[in-house]
Amino acid sequence: MVITVALDKGPDDARPFIEAAAPTHPSLIDTDHSLADLYRIINVPTVVWIDEQGRIVRPNDAAFGSDMFKELTGIDPLPHLNALRQWVKENKAPLGDQDVHHFQVLPTAEEQLARAEFTLAWHLHQHGKNEAAERHFVRAGELAPHDFTIRRGSMPIRGIDPMGPAFAEMYSDWVQRGRPYYKPIPIDSSSPSPSGRGSG
Amino acid sequence: MAQVRVTLIDETRESEVPATLDHDRIRLSADALRTALGWELKPQGLCKDERCVPLSGRKDLVTDGGVDLVGVAELLSRPLALDLAERVACIGASAAERSAQLASLQAPEFTLPDLNGTRHSLSDYRGKKVLLVAYASW
Repeated sequence: MVITVALDKGPDDARPFIEAAAPTHPSLIDTDHSLADLYRIINVPTVVWIDEQGRIVRPNDAAFGSDMFKELTGIDPLPHLNALRQWVKENKAPLGDQDVHHFQVLPTAEEQLARAEFTLAWHLHQHGKNEAAERHFVRAGELAPHDFTIRRGSMPIRGIDPMGPAFAEMYSDWVQRGRPYYKPIPIDSSSPSPSGRGSG
Repeated sequence: MAQVRVTLIDETRESEVPATLDHDRIRLSADALRTALGWELKPQGLCKDERCVPLSGRKDLVTDGGVDLVGVAELLSRPLALDLAERVACIGASAAERSAQLASLQAPEFTLPDLNGTRHSLSDYRGKKVLLVAYASW
């Protein structure tokens, strides 16, 4: 089954997407970014595979269910969908536990401080203290400059266009620094292994 | 030193407690500390459930005005975001705690509402394979 979680400032931001998709699966809203904190999610979309026992069998990865972003990201959704089918239909685990550990990126103290600053800023904003909120949104962004959930995710709250110049600046800096992100998980129908990874 | 009320956010749990403002320090009474963060001030240190963190070398944390909030966060290795002017602080989860949870490979439990306000927990779906998808409108 699928569970979607929208990291948005309110239900109304996610509502058009959810209503257009008319999903039968749980479509949840996380205005506090608590999922981002628990799973160290730094951008969207992020997918995590969780088995029947509640264990992570494939950690955070950027994956897309359609061709929608193929041109932008260069990520072809088909291999991921095929691997997903194999897991669901043939019970074929995508990775061994060792590989899951290898591909996990664990949070740093600085990232956790950025999340605390974000939580404080969000609280202040919800109580109408916009000036104070702004100080802490800025601080959170300084502490986690490549966390899109914090930097881009705070733009709509702060009245900044998340497709505008502020985002363009953040994006070009992120590209210049080598696109720091999750560790890309190779999708291979044979047994995947970190040591067997190519450079692509 | 001024007697004030501060809002403390423990990860996501919010409470308002009395505190003493001592220059740029926020000091909490033992009661306020327990109410807001669930930690008890005991002779052996800061304690919660079975766990105690000794104050060794940090005796300065406790004065007549109470326990220094910044010091408590440092002692517990937890991040603290503070707005003194607005008297609000958020104490987050430590990197060590989050890392240990993720490295255990047991998916962290969460409970979140859908558009109708119905709350769903990850554990409601135990026994099924779950594809967890985080997305956003931005």
